[in-house]
Amino acid sequence: MGLNQQTAAGLIKMINAGTAGAGDIVTDTLQRISDVDKKVGAFIDVAGRKALLKKAEGAKGRLAGIPVALKDNLCEVNRPTTCSSRILKGFKPPYAATVVRKLEDEGAILLGKLNMDEFAFGSSCETSCYGPTRNPWDLDRIPGGSSGGSAAAVAADEAIMALGSDTGGSIRQPASLCGVVGLKPTYGRVSRYGLIAFASSLDQIGPVTKSVEDCALLLGVIAGHDEQDSTSIDTPVPDYTEFLNSDIKGLKAGVPKEYFVKGLDSEVEKAVRSAIDVFKKLGVEIVELSLPHTKYALSTYYIIASAEASSNLARFDGVQYGYRAAGAKDIINMYSSTRSKGFGEEAKRRLMLGTYVLSSGYYEAYYLKASKVRTKIKEDFDRTYERCDFIITPTSPTAAFKIGERTGDPLSMYLSDVYTIPANLAGIPAISIPCGFTGKGLPVGLQILAAAFREDIIIKAAHAFEINTDFHKRRPSL
Amino acid sequence: MPIKKDEVRHVAQLARLKLSDKEIDYFAGQLARIIDYIDQLKEVDTSGVEPTDHVLSIQNIFRKDNVKPSLTKEAVLKNAPASEAGLFKVPRIIEEL
Repeated sequence: MGLNQQTAAGLIKMINAGTAGAGDIVTDTLQRISDVDKKVGAFIDVAGRKALLKKAEGAKGRLAGIPVALKDNLCEVNRPTTCSSRILKGFKPPYAATVVRKLEDEGAILLGKLNMDEFAFGSSCETSCYGPTRNPWDLDRIPGGSSGGSAAAVAADEAIMALGSDTGGSIRQPASLCGVVGLKPTYGRVSRYGLIAFASSLDQIGPVTKSVEDCALLLGVIAGHDEQDSTSIDTPVPDYTEFLNSDIKGLKAGVPKEYFVKGLDSEVEKAVRSAIDVFKKLGVEIVELSLPHTKYALSTYYIIASAEASSNLARFDGVQYGYRAAGAKDIINMYSSTRSKGFGEEAKRRLMLGTYVLSSGYYEAYYLKASKVRTKIKEDFDRTYERCDFIITPTSPTAAFKIGERTGDPLSMYLSDVYTIPANLAGIPAISIPCGFTGKGLPVGLQILAAAFREDIIIKAAHAFEINTDFHKRRPSL
Repeated sequence: MPIKKDEVRHVAQLARLKLSDKEIDYFAGQLARIIDYIDQLKEVDTSGVEPTDHVLSIQNIFRKDNVKPSLTKEAVLKNAPASEAGLFKVPRIIEEL
């Protein structure tokens, strides 16, 4: 077994026991990337071997010597950071994202940049200007998105851990489809300084890992207040690994009926129902719930997220960084030529929708209305906390679909985020963990949600499930 | 409420996107379907409901107005498609008289 196949927690034990060296871990991981990434296409940029080995040699900290890869929307100093978009080709940030600095401070070895949907607009990694990443479990299928590169790299043992970002499910949905663990922390738990913004009231950075233990470890490193992000909350960061191996007997888990409706694949439902039985056997009381505004979450999300994106992406105009279209005689033409050639189709569609819902005469009917429905969706969750400690649902209504299957129909693509979007609208934390496989051998994910800043409960429940099942131990053969 | 082609053209202009007639047709069709879907929000009674702009009730955060090191001009201009004399360079903004 190559060292790249281990978890971070496993490698840390081996390093401490002297049975693995940080240099060997880097070597095995780079070898794996060179062996399989031609097929998977998770990486768009890999750091040089010599530099990585040198860093591994003297690495100190909680993640000393652990190879970690980054979604391409996280700024790393002088390394290409493009959001998988032509409009940012050639951009090398002059500063590091806070999460990147924290990883470096703890001795992590930063392997390089991972593919994503352009500006995180997508659920399949197909909108990347570099072409799609493939699902390691079936190379004809999508890995999910937008953090598809992050989930595929971890699933294929090309990285021990990865960071992704989640605006409407972009960590959890690909984690589900690739059979790995993905957490969207509470809004405000992790600093977003240096994350290229998509929708500022929804975006969060989070871990993609092979186990819940690694998730707890990585969350502990990246969480915390940051002066550079005024939306990051100044509340103490617990040692999340303390919540591993906890007894969950007597806890109450809510199961919302609105998540088990038409559109949910029967094999996914079966796996999730079996997972609910596992929790019952562990002494968890199952409570039937209703989250009545669930069916409005997708519409609410597409209005708010597109509106905020249209505003955030106004900065890509060919002036300060990235691509500029040649030949424009005046500045307005320079802007519009640059943006038309620089952005891909899905980005244009979202910018158009966002501009439309914010435009004169429509703001109240769409953006303001959606902000009010968002309140109702949040209140749905607030009401459940008296009745249960956490909520369990499927992560995605289907397993991984085929490449090209949904690209012609934006609405059907958007529907694959229907179960993950509500957590972003409510600002609450949610994880996806492996909970089964379809008949074709494709992974199925279970989503666990809790109240704001209750990542402790999520980690407890997810870890209890993980140590009593072995879905997370299966790996794709490549 | 279907979206008219003129409206799509207007929105493209607001978003600073140059779209061909073919693209206008294409996006008009797709946006009409998406807007038709999101119009379902009209059935939700939101009278008396406060909008959520921010999920956590945090206040403005202030810091002392102290001078701190920041990026150098060279570091900031390094990524610019065009710069001159320590400034970003763009095509002419003001027309010649």
